[in-house]
Amino acid sequence: MLEVSGLTTVFDLASGPAAAVDDVSFEVRAGETLGLVGESGSGKSVTALSIMRLVQPPGRIAGGRVRFKGRELLTLSERDIRAIRGAEIALIFQEPMTALNPVFTIGDQIAEALLVHGKATRREAASKVVELLEAVRIPDAAARARDYPHQLSGGMRQRVLIAMAIACKPSLVIADEPTTALDVTIQAEMLDLLREMKAAFNLSLLLITHDLGVIAETADRVAVMYAGRIVEHGPVRAIFRDPQHPYTRGLLRSMPGAADRGRLRAIDGTVPVLGAFPPGCAFHPRCPDRFEPCSTTPPSELRVGDAHAARCYLNDPSQVASRASRGSDHASPTTGRQSRTDGAR
Amino acid sequence: MALVDVSHLVKRFVRGGGLLRRGTTVNAVDDVSFAIDEGETFGLVGESGSGKTTTGRCLLRLIEPTAGSVTFRGEDVLALSRARMRLARRDMQIVFQDPYSSLNPRMRARQIVEEPLVIHGLGAKEARLERVAELFRLVGLDTAHLERYPHEFSGGQRQRIGLARALALNPSFLVLDEPVSALDVSVQAQVVNLLLDLQQQLKLTYLFIAHDLRLVEHISNRVAVMYLGKIVETGPTAALFASPQHPYTRALLSAIPVADPDAHKRRIVLDPASVNRAAPLREIAAGHWAAI
Repeated sequence: MLEVSGLTTVFDLASGPAAAVDDVSFEVRAGETLGLVGESGSGKSVTALSIMRLVQPPGRIAGGRVRFKGRELLTLSERDIRAIRGAEIALIFQEPMTALNPVFTIGDQIAEALLVHGKATRREAASKVVELLEAVRIPDAAARARDYPHQLSGGMRQRVLIAMAIACKPSLVIADEPTTALDVTIQAEMLDLLREMKAAFNLSLLLITHDLGVIAETADRVAVMYAGRIVEHGPVRAIFRDPQHPYTRGLLRSMPGAADRGRLRAIDGTVPVLGAFPPGCAFHPRCPDRFEPCSTTPPSELRVGDAHAARCYLNDPSQVASRASRGSDHASPTTGRQSRTDGAR
Repeated sequence: MALVDVSHLVKRFVRGGGLLRRGTTVNAVDDVSFAIDEGETFGLVGESGSGKTTTGRCLLRLIEPTAGSVTFRGEDVLALSRARMRLARRDMQIVFQDPYSSLNPRMRARQIVEEPLVIHGLGAKEARLERVAELFRLVGLDTAHLERYPHEFSGGQRQRIGLARALALNPSFLVLDEPVSALDVSVQAQVVNLLLDLQQQLKLTYLFIAHDLRLVEHISNRVAVMYLGKIVETGPTAALFASPQHPYTRALLSAIPVADPDAHKRRIVLDPASVNRAAPLREIAAGHWAAI
C-alpha cells in the first residue's frame, strides 16, 4: 500500500542542515494499522508531512522514495499530488479546532472535500454529508451539518475530522496524535470509531502517537522513532513483550503501572533537539548499555525476530563479542539502571 | 488532624450575560469536601471541566471560592486578611502544568527562583543567592545554569525550575496541577521520582491533580474522582482502583488505554442517566465513599 524507503527530510537551520527524518524506511500494508511512536522531536510528524509532501521551508525532502499503490509520490507534479491528498490519502491532525475553518459550517467543509475531488455533485453533496456524519455517529446529523465548529464539543469536532477524512473513501489514513488533546473517555470512543471505520471502509492506518497505551490497543505493527531514525520495528506483541532496543525497553519500563509503588524506572537525560542530535546511535548518551562504537557509528538495522528488527549493537553478535573480549566498559548489561536526573550536568 | 480540610466548597461562575441579559451560572465546584493528612499524596482526578483545577486554585485562594471553608493547620484560610494570607502562602504553594508558559521568559532561572524570597522580604542578597543555589541542587539542576533563561532549558528542567520556585519559601503543602503532563514520556518518570524524593526529604504533603489515572494510581495514597464539579467517589487508592463503585469511575477506569496488546479489556460506556447527581457520598468500605 505505502512503502517508504530511505526517506530523509532536512531542515536548514542557522547552524546548518539537520536531518529531522534520517533514512527512514517502513511500509503500511493493506488493511493494517502501523503505529509510529516517538517523543517530541523524534521526527514522526515530519515523516507524515513528508509522505504528503507538505513539508514547509526551512524543511525539505532531501532523499528517499515514497511509493503509494505503485506510484512514486515524491516526483509527482504538484497537481497530481493534490489529487491524491485528501482523496486517496487522508490526514487527521491533533488539533480539531485548527484543522477546521471557523467561518464555514461543518457540512459545507465536508461537502467541499467531496466537490473538490469530484466525489459528488452539488445536488448529492448535502445528503452525502449527512450520511458521513451518521457514519461517525454524530447524533441528529442533518441539524449538526449546519453547525459551526465552535458549536461542537472537542469529541464531536474530532468525529467531524474523521468524517472528512473518510469522505472521499481514501485507502490510507494518516492520523497524527488524533486523540492527544482529548479526555480519556472521549479518546476511547475515538479509537473505537477509528477501528470501526477502518473495518467498514477497508482502510490502512498510519497512527502517529507518543502514547504506548494507544499503540498497544490499536496497532498491528509498531515502528519506534528516536531522533529522526526508526530504532525498532516489529509486530505489536513483539515490541511490547520482547523489546530489543534499549530506548523501547526504557519507555516501557518507565511507565507508571510497570513498577510497584515508589520510584519509577526513568530514562536518564533529555530528549535531544533537532540540530543537536548526538553522533553515532543518537540514544547512546541516555543508554544504560552503551559501549563502543555506539557513540561514533550508528548501528544499521539488525533482524532480531520474525519481522522484528532493531538498530542496536547489542543485537550484533560480533560487536557484543568484541565488547566482552575488551572487558566490558559497563558492569550491568541489559538490566537498566535507576535514573537520577534529567541531565542538566 | 488533617493538614488541609476542605468542606462544602463551591465556586460558581457566571457565563455569558451582559448589560441586559442575565448569564447562566455554572457550579464549577459544587459542594466539594475532602481532607488531606500530613505527609500524604491526595490525588484529584477528573476530565476537563470536572472542576479539579478550580478546586486546587480555590484552596490557595488564587480563585476566591463562592462558599465553603478551607482550613490549613486548623486555621480558616478563607477568613484570612490579605496580609495573613500572604504569610499563609509561604506554607502552601502550587506547581503548574505547563513549564513553557508558567515561567517568565525574560527572567533568568535564578531570578525566577529568587522572586518569592524577594517578595516576602526574606534574607539579604547573599543569603538569597545561597538559598537559590541550594534549591537548584535540591531539584537536580546545575548551578552553572543559574543565569540562563527558561528557553535554554528542556521541558523537564523547566519543570524543575518551577518546583524550585515553589519550594523557595519552604512550604509544607504543594498543589501539583498536572505537573508532568506536558513532558515527554521518557522525562515524566524523572520528575515523578524527584517529587517522590522531595516528599520524603522535606516531609511534603501533596494535592496531586491529574488526568493520567495510571500516574495518580502510582503515587497517591488516597484519590477523589470529580465529575461535573462534584466528588463522585473517594477512597484509598488501591481500593478505589480495584473496585470502583460509581458508574463514572467505572467508565473512566475502563477507558484508560493499557500498554499491553493482550490485555482483556471491556470498556464501560457511561450512561449519563445512570448518574444520580443528587446522591450523597456514602461509605461503602472503610474510607471508601461513593455517590450512588
